[in-house]
Amino acid sequence: MDIIVCAKQVLDVAEIKIHPETKEPILSGVPRKISDIDKNAVEEAIKIKDKVGGKVTVITVGMPEAVENIKELLAMGADEGIVVKTQSQDYDVVSKLLMKAVEKLGTYDLILCGEASIDQFSGQMGPRIAGLLKIPQITYVKKLEVEKEKIRADRDTGDTIVTMESSYPVLITVTKEINEPRLPSLMQILAASNKPIQEWEGEELIKKVEDKTVIHKVTGITSERKNRIYQEENLEDSIEKVVDDLFKDGVVG
Amino acid sequence: MRNMIVVYSDDKKLMLELLAKGRELADGLNKTLVGLSIGKSTSEREQDLIYYGADQVVSTGEDQDYVKAEEYSEILIKIINELSAEIVIIGNTKNGKEIAARTAGDMDTGCITDCSKLYLNENNEMMAERIVYGGNAVAVQSLTSSPKIYTMIPRVTDALPKDEQRKGEIIKKEVTPAVSPSKIIKVQEKKVEGANIEDAKIIIACGRGVKKKEDISLIKELADFLHGETIGCSRPISADLNWLSEDHWVGLSGHKVKPHIYVAVGISGQIQHLAGMRGSDVIVAFNKDPEAPIFKAADYGVVGDLYQALPLFIQKIKQKMG
Repeated sequence: MDIIVCAKQVLDVAEIKIHPETKEPILSGVPRKISDIDKNAVEEAIKIKDKVGGKVTVITVGMPEAVENIKELLAMGADEGIVVKTQSQDYDVVSKLLMKAVEKLGTYDLILCGEASIDQFSGQMGPRIAGLLKIPQITYVKKLEVEKEKIRADRDTGDTIVTMESSYPVLITVTKEINEPRLPSLMQILAASNKPIQEWEGEELIKKVEDKTVIHKVTGITSERKNRIYQEENLEDSIEKVVDDLFKDGVVG
Repeated sequence: MRNMIVVYSDDKKLMLELLAKGRELADGLNKTLVGLSIGKSTSEREQDLIYYGADQVVSTGEDQDYVKAEEYSEILIKIINELSAEIVIIGNTKNGKEIAARTAGDMDTGCITDCSKLYLNENNEMMAERIVYGGNAVAVQSLTSSPKIYTMIPRVTDALPKDEQRKGEIIKKEVTPAVSPSKIIKVQEKKVEGANIEDAKIIIACGRGVKKKEDISLIKELADFLHGETIGCSRPISADLNWLSEDHWVGLSGHKVKPHIYVAVGISGQIQHLAGMRGSDVIVAFNKDPEAPIFKAADYGVVGDLYQALPLFIQKIKQKMG
């Protein structure tokens, strides 16, 4: 089975600080990584490959440095990586580049994506690519069963679990709950350095790209909190103090 | 001239909120508001969409109960094209989001999901706000292409009062989408305990610090004692372990809450959880790890094991109250 996983290189959101004066998020120097839920997609792809055989290709659209992040996915067990280089982060542009990259690869049975990226969390990429390729999509999947002619998926819509089936090709977006991504061993990391990574220029796939979303302003969310921490040697003393303060401040009582 | 605003949601309550938002924008832009009904519908229900603010209702009357993205998206595209709609607002449910994004991809246009605000700026241009960077920031965005597609989260606005004097046209349209190769095999309603967590004034919430399902009784005990209406939880307790139903889940992809008092017990405070509860007036945290990020988001933070701390906490409050 030919499986393609779309993985995004994102800013590690847990490391973002807010500038105290401008209130803007400070993005320079924030480390980049593969978006968490995309790793679940890679893990699922490897599990399927282990079961039915085939090939796992990982595509990322972004900056040239993404090559470093892709290596981790190859160490997990993906066979090949493709980095499509562009400066744009626009959903419309990136989804078209992914679609073009998929078409350039040619054959595929299954495309896996994370339900959303941890930085933007917009959940657009999977459905957009499926729409562009005119193939069925099954989103928010927390359980996947692969058979020869069809795939069966449980999608979590919040208040219902919908079991769906589809023939191939199909695009699936997965949630965090579907599996626990493996941590590659040192041996796997070393072995992965021999696996191929291709770098493609975005302009070669699409001549002219045009962002459709304009970002006017990004303001950090800061909350002024009292941050009173109670850490006495004896827990009972901590509780005594916090209860005193809660009464004094009129929170309880 | 693109003159229409179309709103659609598979969630009935959210649909009324979309009509209220759509009405506000339609009045501001001098456009016509169309409420779209896809799937099984009744004439009463269609009439209601007029009473709640629509100028027109388009009903496709497809004989489908559950949403398949490919087919719904195809219906939506046909309607958008026929009406030559300029603005499309879809309810931000899981189904709504996947339909919106697929439609945008197919129509080669821009889309903004999870909008927490939608408004016209001083030049009467549509602006949208959404949370980005895992809850760290709010971005103001706009779209340059047409149609402009947005998904709006619940509770951005209240539904308009029902006005049975409102008049409007109900148009039936037969749209038969191509049959998708995907099939719905089974739909299971999740067991929902009916926790209306978004309205709660006092919430006691638990996370992975709770070691087993039965121990949630400790959290319930504190909630009862403090007259909390319901208990909350972080993602793993609901989505992973299923110890509490989804209506208890507080976070970026769960529910966003704004109680007077939020007590976080054994919750480490991942940024996605904080995004769901940072609007609380007062935040109290219990955690055994002094480095847990929840303490940076809390007003009062007690470092200690919840199994010892909670009973002591209840006992001390009782003593204080005499």
